[in-house]
Formats: sequence, structure tokens, C-alpha cells
Amino acid sequence: MAKLNLLLLAVLVACAIGLVSSQHKARKLFSELEREQNRARDLDIEYGRLQLEASTWGLHSRVEKIATGTLRLRTPEPRRVRIVTPGAAR
Amino acid sequence: MNAATQGLVRLPVWRARFVLAALLAAFGVLGARSLYLQALQTDFLQEKGDARYSRLIEAPATRGRILDRNGEALAVSTPVKSVWAIPADAELSGAERRKLASLLALERNELAKKLADTSRDFVYLKRQVSPDIAESVEALGLKGIYQHREYRRYYPGGEVTAHVIGFTGVDDAGQEGIELAHQASLGGKPGSRRVIKDRLGRIVEDVESIREAQDGRDLTLSIDSKIQNLAFGALKTAVAQHRAKAGAIIALDVRTGEVLALANVPSYNPNNRARLSGAQLRNRVITDLFEPGSTLKPFTLALAIERGKVTPETLVQTAPGHLTIADYTIHDTHPGGVLSAAQVLQKSSNVGMAKIALSMPREAMWDLFMHVGFGTAPQLGFPGEAAGKLRHYRSWRPIEQATMAYGMGISVSLVQLARAYTVFARDGELVPLSLVKTGTAASGEKLLSTETARAMRAMLELAVQPGSTGPRARIMGWRVAGKTGTAHKQENGGYAPDKFVASFVGFAPASAPRVVVAVMIDEPSAGEHYGGIVAAPVFAQVTQGALRMMGVPHDAPLEPLETPAEGEEAKENT
Repeated sequence: MAKLNLLLLAVLVACAIGLVSSQHKARKLFSELEREQNRARDLDIEYGRLQLEASTWGLHSRVEKIATGTLRLRTPEPRRVRIVTPGAAR
Repeated sequence: MNAATQGLVRLPVWRARFVLAALLAAFGVLGARSLYLQALQTDFLQEKGDARYSRLIEAPATRGRILDRNGEALAVSTPVKSVWAIPADAELSGAERRKLASLLALERNELAKKLADTSRDFVYLKRQVSPDIAESVEALGLKGIYQHREYRRYYPGGEVTAHVIGFTGVDDAGQEGIELAHQASLGGKPGSRRVIKDRLGRIVEDVESIREAQDGRDLTLSIDSKIQNLAFGALKTAVAQHRAKAGAIIALDVRTGEVLALANVPSYNPNNRARLSGAQLRNRVITDLFEPGSTLKPFTLALAIERGKVTPETLVQTAPGHLTIADYTIHDTHPGGVLSAAQVLQKSSNVGMAKIALSMPREAMWDLFMHVGFGTAPQLGFPGEAAGKLRHYRSWRPIEQATMAYGMGISVSLVQLARAYTVFARDGELVPLSLVKTGTAASGEKLLSTETARAMRAMLELAVQPGSTGPRARIMGWRVAGKTGTAHKQENGGYAPDKFVASFVGFAPASAPRVVVAVMIDEPSAGEHYGGIVAAPVFAQVTQGALRMMGVPHDAPLEPLETPAEGEEAKENT
């Protein structure tokens, strides 16, 4: 009888320790998840900021100014343009 | 053992009983106490316990981005900081105040005033400051000064896309344009959840999600920012050149009914709305009504052809250049004599058009005008869409039927006019419009027969040839078709003799139309005020660019256009 009780006590203690350690692990993993989620949010915000920056650098008025001013590009004369439709191209 | 016990004094029985009773009483007290704590006070204690480790935190949500049809960002929210203070806690030295004021770009006495009101618990010192300024403020480590995160909307397109996109207020809710119209799907819903935090402030467990945070959805518009930019630029130049009060332009994709470009002048910078006037904010394309004048003539003529009243070759007597009905006289700018119906349109003869109109029942005219969308809001899903004015035919007098034939006595918005022209561009079908990218061909209501629409296309093409009112609308490489309009502005119940609205509506390529472009210039006052001179060149510039950007094959020889002499033909009234 006493032996059985001792055994049960040992099992109980093992279970209790197991519970505590798994709880701890769960919390650790959760805080990691939380950190990653925050990182994802920050990256999304940065993506938005970069998109904004790309739009600002790529403003058509700016591109046009640089193209015609610095690079001296111009729209080709219509007679030098050939329009190819995807179906007709060979 | 026994002998030893015998020798001891026997203790009285009551002492053992006393100890036993005392112990039992102690147990009883403990039991009662635990009952009291566990059963009666449990809510209070649980709350106190939770308050030590569980926290309610806000889950932020971002507003959706607005993109153009090619995925270019037109409106993006990014987080900024707002600096606020608890005035009673903020005990700043003079030097600290100076530093704070200069960092936040505030006047010192303004800052002092905000901090003086100690009865308040919360005062914004400055909203929406950039992250680096916020960091420097935080580095000062001032007591009673706090920051929190907010979102600010940026519009990289600036004034070019201002009227389409609109803007949001300081609380990130849409106030104008698409931002307002699509507030429900763009706006995120911040949530909140209960979590357990450890000693270091890290979140270790999610207890419950009280409200799930929902990010706003991104929205892809039908606008092509390249065409938009071209349209805005061309319009701005024209408005400045002709010293006009305002201008508006819209470009539609004929196949899908998508709005490719929509611009207004004067415009504003949505990123900096410090000094805004109502005139700048007005989206004239959609909310402003005007009497269209001659640009309405094709509808009258199309109806006459549809009903078999005339063919393009039918001759109409327009001499002597005026026509009196009741006590009102209709005038032509250039008296023409006997003209074919096609020439009536080409020369924009009011008399000829009035005669054609009067050969038809007024009910039929009203019916067509109503069906092409005049008098009803265009259902673009945009705030403040004007319906226009189209009176019921029962109240029309004969003179009104005649003037309506050339666009007087009826008022429309530019978007209605452009949409109505899709009837000619699409073999008789009126296409439903969309400001959101659909990418698929739309089908519309059939209002005219294919033959009538084709005949109208041929006649509208003639209306931009030399000898007509609109030769400046032509472009090299593509055939265009369209109609000029020059109308007196209404003022105080009558027509102002010296104020005009110049317009041009057309489409290209005439052989298989892909775009409809409508231009309206309000009160050009630099000498010229005719639609063929003021508005047609804007149409040509924008249409040519749009066709090139869309990769539409040429349907005309690539020869330089002969420039028409400053002919009298370009001038017209209505």
C-alpha cells in the first residue's frame, strides 16, 4: 500500500513538473510568436514606406524632367514607331 | 515505564479538551476565512490578481492602400507619432521648453499656453510628427510628455490625382473622393485583446481576443497614372494659356467602361491642405453641371437617323442663318445655305439641327437623352455625383425642343457627356462606368442600332476635318472623331454674353474606338473661347498619349497633318 502511494506521489510530482515546464515552453514560444508578428507588422509598415518612396522617386513629372532635360530623350516620331499586337507577332 | 508514569501528576481532563477545542476553533476560523475569500470575495480578488499581470492591449489596424491600375501607389498610410502632455505633470525648465518648442516647430508662447491649462489631463502638443523628430523628443526624456502612434496618409501623386483620391482627416477616416466612397473597405478596424505580461513586459500568453483587428483592404483603381499625369498636365497648360477659370477632363476605356484619367484644374496638394478653397476642392468632372452646347448635337442627329427621319445625305435648308420660333430667334455663326445632315453637324449649324429636331416628337428626344444618362447620377460610386437637369418632355415648349437639340436648356456633367459618347464608340451600347479596375470588357444597354452608331462615327470624323469646327483635335497616325462645343454660361437666370464654356468630346481610333476623352474649359478669357480652339488641342494631346501608352495600332497614314489656316469655321456658338 505504502509502495503504491509512493509511486503515485512520484507520478504526481513528475506530472506537476511536466505541467510547469510545458507552460513555460508555451509562454516562451508565444512571446516568440508575438515578436515575429510585430516584426511582420514593422516590415509591412516599412514596405508601405518604401512603396511611398518608390512612388515619389518615380513621379511621372520627375521622370519626364530627367528624361527630356538630363538625358535628352524625346518621344519618337509616330512614323518611327511600329505597333506590334501580341497575336500578329511572329 | 509504567512505574515512571505512575509517579507523575495526572493532568486534568479539561486541559486536553481545551486544547482540542482551541485547535478545532482555529480550524473553524481558517475554514470560515477561506470560505469568505473563495466564495464571497472571489471576484474582487481575481480582479486584483489580474490587474497585476493581465493587460488589455490595442491591436492596431492599418488603412488599405490605393493603387493605380498598374499597381503604383496613390495613397499609403504610414505610422507617425503624436506628442501629447499631461499639463499638471509637465514641469519643464525654460531651457527644456525652448528645446521642445523648436523641435515641434511651435511658438514658445503657444506651447506655454497648451501647458498652462492644468485642469486638463490630455493636451495634444503636436499631431503627426515625423519619426525622427519623435525620437529626438523622446531622447529629451521630459516628464509629463508622452507620444502615441497614429497613421498619416501620404499621396505621392499630389495635385495630379487629388480629385480622384480625395483625402482623409487627421483621424484617418475618408473625407473626400475615393477615400470617402470606399471608407468601409479601406478603413481598418482596430481590435483589442487581453494578454498576460511577465515581469519584463513581454507578452507571454493570449487570454482572449476581445475584438479581432481588421486591416483595411487595398483598392486598385481603374486610373492609369501615366495617362492621368498627361491629362492633368495638358489641362493645366491649357487653362493657364487661355486664362480660364477652371478646366476638367475625363478619359474612358471604351471596352471596359473604366475611367483611365479624371482631372480638374485648379487642384490642390492633398499632402498639405493648409489653405484650401472650395473652388480647388470641387471635382468638376463629376459634380459640376454645364450646358453642353453643340456636343449634344450628335444625339439629336442620331435619333433622327435611327427613326429614319434623315440620312447623312438628306438636305436641310439653313438659310438665312436664323430661325424664329414664337418670339425667340436661333442664330448660326456662319449662315450656310442648303447643307446635308452630315454638314449640319460638321459646320455645327444650330438652325439645321433645330429643324431636324422639330421633325421628331419631343417624347422621343427626351427618351434618348434620358437613356444615355442625362438627368440621372452616373452611379460611379463617388460622393456628390450630379444628376443634371433634364425636364420632362411634357413641359417642353417647341422653342425648348429646338434649343435642346443643340444643347441649350439642358445641363449635364462632363462624366455624363463622356459616358453618353460611348454609345457612338461602341456600336450603340451605353457602357456602365467604373472607377475600380475591372479589366474585363463590360456589356451595356443597346440604345442605337449598329448602323446608326457607325454612321454617327463617320459623321463625327468629318466634324474634325478641315472645314469643320474641330480640326485641331486630329492627331497623327490615328483617326479621331468628335464634336466641339461652345456655350454661353448661365448667369442670374439668363445667358452671360461674354462668358463661355468651351468643350470637346471625342474618341479614337475612329475605325475601332478604344478611348473616349472629354474636355471642358470654363471661362477662357485670353481672346479665344471656341471649343475647337481651346479644348480640341487638349483632347488631341491626351488622346495621342493615351493611344500610344495603350499600344493601339495606327489606323491612319503617318503623315504630318496639314495645319488648317485660322479658319472662321472653327468658330461657332453653342
